[in-house]
Amino acid sequence: MTSSDARIAAPARKGGAALPRAGGPAGGGAAPGGAPDPREDRRRARRSRWYRRDVRWSPYAFIAPFFVFFLAFGLFPLLYTGWASLHRVELTAPTDMEWVGLKNFARLMGDDFFWNALKNTLTIGLLSTVPQLLIALGVAHLLNYKLRGSMFFRVAVLTPYATSVAAAALVFVLLFGRDYGMINWALGLVGIDPVDWQNGTLSSQIAVSTIVIWRWTGYNALIYLAAMQAIPADLYESAALDGASRWQQFVHVTIPSLRPTILFTVVVSTIGATQLFGEPLLFNGNAGATGGGDHQFQTLGLYLYEQGWVNLHLGRASAIAWTMFLILLIIGAVNWLVGRRLRKNA
Amino acid sequence: MATTSHSAALAETGTTGAQGPVGKSGGGKKKGAGRQLHAGRFTYAVLIVFTIGSLFPLVWTAIAASRNNTRLAQTPPPFWFGGNLFKNLEIAWTDANMGSALLNTTIVAGSIALGTVLFSTLAGFAFAKLRFRFKNLLLLLVIGTMMVPPQLSVVPLYMLVAELEWTDQLQAVILPTLVSAFGVFFMRQYLIGALPSELVEAARVDGASSLRVVWHVVFPAARPAMAVLGMLTFVMAWNDFFWPIIALTQNGSPTVQVALTGLGRGYIPDQSVIMAGALLGTLPLLIAFVLFGKHIVGGIMQGAVKG
Repeated sequence: MTSSDARIAAPARKGGAALPRAGGPAGGGAAPGGAPDPREDRRRARRSRWYRRDVRWSPYAFIAPFFVFFLAFGLFPLLYTGWASLHRVELTAPTDMEWVGLKNFARLMGDDFFWNALKNTLTIGLLSTVPQLLIALGVAHLLNYKLRGSMFFRVAVLTPYATSVAAAALVFVLLFGRDYGMINWALGLVGIDPVDWQNGTLSSQIAVSTIVIWRWTGYNALIYLAAMQAIPADLYESAALDGASRWQQFVHVTIPSLRPTILFTVVVSTIGATQLFGEPLLFNGNAGATGGGDHQFQTLGLYLYEQGWVNLHLGRASAIAWTMFLILLIIGAVNWLVGRRLRKNA
Repeated sequence: MATTSHSAALAETGTTGAQGPVGKSGGGKKKGAGRQLHAGRFTYAVLIVFTIGSLFPLVWTAIAASRNNTRLAQTPPPFWFGGNLFKNLEIAWTDANMGSALLNTTIVAGSIALGTVLFSTLAGFAFAKLRFRFKNLLLLLVIGTMMVPPQLSVVPLYMLVAELEWTDQLQAVILPTLVSAFGVFFMRQYLIGALPSELVEAARVDGASSLRVVWHVVFPAARPAMAVLGMLTFVMAWNDFFWPIIALTQNGSPTVQVALTGLGRGYIPDQSVIMAGALLGTLPLLIAFVLFGKHIVGGIMQGAVKG
């Protein structure tokens, strides 16, 4: 450390003066003796001191803006949510906190709507994540062929990603309309009776999942495509020499090479599914945050919002938030274990 | 919808130049695409079906926006444009105060993108190339919180915003999302590879101060990644929904997404007006996609490999 500092500080006289506030707190001169011009020497010493300080402290200055905001709006609220979850706090008077211990959590455990929301979150999570990633894998495989207009296809499949949750949910509400929606009309063409996409339990969850799938499949496909292009070609060549069919190559070369990427997308999609909020809120039209008349598609994220900003119980909302965090940690741990297992087998 | 055909034209001209390993065929054996097989008819057919599925809801948003409520309550649903598009756009524009909502969203997304890019580049550079105490610990903290959902901090944030009386003001949605852990990590990963340490050393030996190093060495090297991060952040901030709907109200100074939720209220909501609003809120990003789609695609794919 010291040696590199010295090396950097030594030839500092060429362009250093360009910095206007180079003065700094210049202390007593510990100028090295023996030089003919003491003033020049002192200036050089001061400059080299400034340089040493610059080298030592500038990294902190560079990370400071990030960490200031991160602490104020990221880490502090995260921890304070835990504190708030142990209190009774109403939205109308957020500074009025009354200690209640674990009562919010106890209430949550006995609340049917919480378990309902948890179940819905898991169901919708599976219904949206699994097809999404499977389709993405297939599309990526096709995009990896030599294509005419490949950039057109790539931009086109990414367009839903540019569409906001709000805009997407609003149009899908119409497409999934029971009486005049296009999807029921199309199902009618092949002789299927109209489905009540809003009021049925499974049907509404499928509809909400469809919005998620539509928005994120193309994005995941591009991530898989990037990983596929990084697979060395000789892997395929040797597989072909061994007489592997295209399908066998896909299963035995492509999929194993994609393992880390697949794991990454699974983690990201799972986290997205856990916090699902806008789709179920807006799929309900203007009928509020209940997630359907029977709470049939109310997710944890929506339930949190309802508790906090409709029923005005911020303490309970905090307890839900920390429960979500716990669930994420469990999912993360499971993912990590599965990932380690896969790596060992590979 | 005109946008799609434009995007097709743009993408078509884009493909004439080489991009991506697939385009650059005939290179060395080791490098390059996993496979360079030519696509058959089946591949094209499936991709075209998938593309139609991706674009159809957007096109149909425009179709529905060009009709009226009566037509939308008939079967079969309309498949082509009607004559009410501009009328509906106008109603949506005034009803939801779309002009100011679009301006608000531009300010919010622009500030967040700018702040994220600037602060992420500085911090990413420090984590990639500089030595300081607790570096690894701090980096671990950044990575560890990358995946924490916004729900976890929303209650205290709301209390904070209420306490500062920021409700319904744009800084309430700008400041909490001004930095991103993902951005720091993204820039770090990029700069580790793209910025030679010798270059930083050489500038140092020449006597450049840290600020000069950042300005003359780091920023030029980081520019491609900064552009990508800026675009991705802008899209994300433009479409953000959860926190804005808590911190802003429809009657105050909403972003587009918040304004959309208030459209077409009333006993019988006018669906064609709602669709017109959805179209207005999406159009700016669609135009950006037509112009920069190639770069956004490249950015996502690049981020996927590095991350």
